[in-house]
Amino acid sequence: MSDATPTPTATPERPQLPAQSPPVDPAETAVANNKAGSGGKLSWWRGDGGDGAKRNLGLIGVLAALIVVGAVTKPDLYGDPNWVWNNVLAILQLASVVGVVTVGMTFVIIGGGIDLSVGAIVALAGVWCTTVATQSYGAGGMIFTALAVGICVGLVNGVLISYGRLVPFIATLAMLVAARGLAASISNKQTQVSSSTFINDIAARKVIGIPILVYILGAVVLAGWVVLNRTTFGRRTIAVGGNPEAARLAGINVRRHTMLLYALSGLCCGIAAIMLTSQATSAQAAMANLYELDAIAAAIIGGTLLSGGRGTIVGSLLGVIIFATITNLFAINGLSIEAQNMVKGGIIVAAVLVQQFQFKSVTRLLARNRVTTAT
Amino acid sequence: MALPEDDPATASAEAVAEAPLVEAPADTVAGEVVLRLTDLVKTFPGVRALDGVQLEVRAGEVHCLLGQNGAGKSTLIKVLAGVHQPDSGQVEWRGEPATFANPQAAMKAGIATIYQELDLVEDLSVAENAFLGHEYRNFGFVRRGRMARHTRQILSRLGHGEIPPGRMVRSLPAAGKQIVSMARALSHEARLIIMDEPSAVLAHDEVGNLFRIIRELTAQGIAVIYISHRLEEIREIGDRVTVLKDGRTTAANLPARDTPTRDLVSRMTGRTIEYVFPDRPTDDSAGADLLQVQGLTRTGEFADVSLNVRAGEIVGIAGLVGSGRSELLETIYGARLPEAGTVQMDGKVLRPGVGAAVRAGMGMAPEERKSQALLLGEPIYRNVTLATFGRYARLGFTNAAKERAEADRIAETLELRPRDVDRPVRTLSGGNQQKVVVGRWLLGGTKLLLLDEPTRGVDVGARAELYQVIRGLAAQGVGVLLVSSEVPEVLGLADRVLVMREGRVVREAAAGELDENTVLDLVMAGSLMEGAPA
Repeated sequence: MSDATPTPTATPERPQLPAQSPPVDPAETAVANNKAGSGGKLSWWRGDGGDGAKRNLGLIGVLAALIVVGAVTKPDLYGDPNWVWNNVLAILQLASVVGVVTVGMTFVIIGGGIDLSVGAIVALAGVWCTTVATQSYGAGGMIFTALAVGICVGLVNGVLISYGRLVPFIATLAMLVAARGLAASISNKQTQVSSSTFINDIAARKVIGIPILVYILGAVVLAGWVVLNRTTFGRRTIAVGGNPEAARLAGINVRRHTMLLYALSGLCCGIAAIMLTSQATSAQAAMANLYELDAIAAAIIGGTLLSGGRGTIVGSLLGVIIFATITNLFAINGLSIEAQNMVKGGIIVAAVLVQQFQFKSVTRLLARNRVTTAT
Repeated sequence: MALPEDDPATASAEAVAEAPLVEAPADTVAGEVVLRLTDLVKTFPGVRALDGVQLEVRAGEVHCLLGQNGAGKSTLIKVLAGVHQPDSGQVEWRGEPATFANPQAAMKAGIATIYQELDLVEDLSVAENAFLGHEYRNFGFVRRGRMARHTRQILSRLGHGEIPPGRMVRSLPAAGKQIVSMARALSHEARLIIMDEPSAVLAHDEVGNLFRIIRELTAQGIAVIYISHRLEEIREIGDRVTVLKDGRTTAANLPARDTPTRDLVSRMTGRTIEYVFPDRPTDDSAGADLLQVQGLTRTGEFADVSLNVRAGEIVGIAGLVGSGRSELLETIYGARLPEAGTVQMDGKVLRPGVGAAVRAGMGMAPEERKSQALLLGEPIYRNVTLATFGRYARLGFTNAAKERAEADRIAETLELRPRDVDRPVRTLSGGNQQKVVVGRWLLGGTKLLLLDEPTRGVDVGARAELYQVIRGLAAQGVGVLLVSSEVPEVLGLADRVLVMREGRVVREAAAGELDENTVLDLVMAGSLMEGAPA
C-alpha cells in the first residue's frame, strides 16, 4: 500500500505541439479565394434562408398530389381548361385573406413568438371600420381605420410581451378574448353592412381576369419575402428568434424588435379585415373565426420552426394554398366539412413528420452531392 | 517568492468532538477499497480529457480530487456517473470490473453524484425529488405516504428532520436543496457519493453543517469523493487527496491534512501542454486609458471592482468559476445593470444597455459560445456580420454581397477553416466557431474586446492561433479584457493581471511579476492579507 507515498507519475515533457500556425500556402489561398468568389455569385431570387427551397419542393409535391386526386375524382371537370383556370382563381381567392394573415404570423413565429389574436384583430378592425361614424369618412377613412386598429392592437400585444414580459401565448390569448369582446360591444352584436362601393368592389372586381384579392395577396407575399430576405428588419427577425441572447449581446434591441413584429402582424390583420369586409360587404364580431389556427397551421406545414429562427414566406404561402386546395377538393366532391377537417389535421401532422424525417435525408443527400461536385 | 505555509490544524474542536472518524490518520483508514480506477482514458474530438487516471477510494473515507480547470475532474465524474464511457482503462467497483452504461446503471450500482448545479425539479416536493425515477408505487399509483415516511427517515439521518417532505423544493435555500440531493443519493442506497464543489453554493456557516453530514455519511461506511478548489476545506474534511493535471493522476492518496500546500500546488501546475504564447511587445506601447471601471458592484456577484484597460493592452482576470468574473464582464458590457459604480469608455460614462456599449466601441465574446453568441443554423457570414449588418445596409436593405466579402476578409485574416462563408456555423469546430465570434468584432472598428473564456473547448492548435489573433489585435491598438479559468492562459497572454476571488479583486500586477503558483494560491486560499508583495 503506497498510501502515504505520493506517486507522481513524472510526466516527461511532451514534444511541443506545432502551435505556430503554418505558413499560408499562396496556392491554397488562391483556391479559397476562387471558391469564395463563386460563392458570392448567387441568383438574385434566392432567399438566404438556407435549405428552405428544398423544403418547399416537398410542399409543391403535396400540392401536385392534391391536384392529381382532384383530376382522378372529377375527370370531367378537370378536362375543361376553362373550369380549371376558374378553379385555380377560386382557390387563390379562398386563400387570400388567410394568406395575408399568415405572412404576419410567419414573421412573429420566426421571431420566436406566436400570435393567437389574429382572428380577433381582423374582427375588431373589420367592425371598427364599418361603424356608421367611420363609414361617413368614405373608403379612405375605412381603410385607414382598419390598418390603424390592426397596428395599434398589435402594438399593445408587442408592448405587453416585450416590456411587460408576458409569455406571447398568454398575452395574445388575452387579446383574442378582449378584442372579440370589444368588437361585439362596438357592433352591438349586429352585422354592420358596408355601404362603400369602393370597398365592396375590391372582392367583386377582377383586373385582367384575376380577382383584386389575389393581387393583394401577391403584393403582401412579395413584400413579406423582400422584408424577410433582403432587409435588416428580416435579418433581425431571424436573429431574435434564432438566439435572442446572441442577438442582444450583438447589440440588437431585441425588445423593440419583438414589439414591432406584433405590430407587423397587426398590420397584416388590418389588411385582411378590409379584404374580408369587402368579401362579405359587411363586418361582424364573429368574423375571421379561428383564423389564428389556420395561419399557424399553414406556417408550420410551410416549414416555419415553432421555436423560431427559421421559416420562409414562400413555404407559408404554399401551406395556405394547400389548405385552400383541400377545401376546394372537398367542395367539388360534395364532401362534408367534418371530413375535410380530419384530413387537414392529418396533413399538418404528416407535413411536420415528413419535414423531420424525409428532408433530413434529402438535405444530407444534397449536401453530399455538393461536396462531391465541389472537389 | 514565498508560499505561505499552511496550518493543518484548522479543524475546529467542535468538529473533532462530533466526528471521531476524522481523528484516524489518513493512511490507516479502515475499510475495503470500493472503487479503483486504472489507466482511465477518455478522448473527445481534439481533446484528451482523461489520459491515464488512477484513483482508489475506500469505504468510509472522504477522498478529495484536486486539479485546475481542464485537469479532467468533470470528465472523471461523468465517467463514474455513467454519463460518459471511458475509451480504455479499468473501473473496478467493489472488487469487480464494472461498466456503467448510463446514469441509471451507476445509480443502481450505488454511485450517486451531486452536481454543482443541483439537478432537482424545482416544482416537485422534497419527497418526490428524493425518489424521482424510483417512486414507491402500487399499480401505477405513487405511494405518497410511504415515500414521505422514508424521506423523513433519510432526512433525519442527515440531521435535517426539520425539512418537511411535502415542501416544494423551489422554496428551499441552496443549502436545503443540497440536503435534498443527498437524500436522493441515500434513497438509492448509495455507497459512493460524488460531490462536485458542494461548498460553492453555500454560505460560510452552512459549510460546517455540510461537513457534519459528510462525517455522518462516512461513519456509516459510505465513501465520498469531494471536489473543491478550497484547500482549507480539503484539509478539514478530507482523508486522502488525488491530484489531477492534464487528465493524468500526478499524485495519488496524499494525506489530506499533512501534505504541504506547496507540494499540492506544484503537482497541479507546470502544465505539460505548453501553449505557445505570442511575444509581448518590448516597449510599453499601450496608449491612453480606454476603459475605466470604478467601484462596480452587484450584490452576490462582485463588489467594488475598479479597473482600467488602455488601448493596445491585454488585461487578464484570473479567478475560479463563481468568483464573479463573467458577471463583471457582462456588467461592463451593459448586459447587466450595476447597483453601484460607473463604466467609462474614452472618459465618457456609458448609458446602460448593450447598444450603448457597442456604439462606444465595445465587443464581447461571451462564455457560452453556442447559447450566447451564435446562430448555429445560419451561415458563417451572417454570424460574422450579426453586429454590423445594419452598417452595410442601405435604406434598410441588406447588402449580402458586401457582407460576404467582409466576412471572407475576416475568414482570411483569422485563417478560418473551411473558408466557405456560406456554410452553417454548426459545421465548424469549436476553435473556428470562436474565430467567428471574435471575428464579428473585427469588422466594426471595435476598440475594446471583452473575451470570456475564449479558448474553452478549443483544441491546442486553434488556441495558439487565437492567441496570435488576440495579440495581433492589441498590436493594432485594441484594448482587450480577458477572463479565463486557466491561469497559464491569463499569465501567458495578458500584459497585466487581476486576480479575483469571491467577487473582489485581491491582487493586481504585471503578468511578469506573477507566476502560476502565486495566482493559484491567491485564487484558492485567497489569503487577502498576502495581497501585496514585499
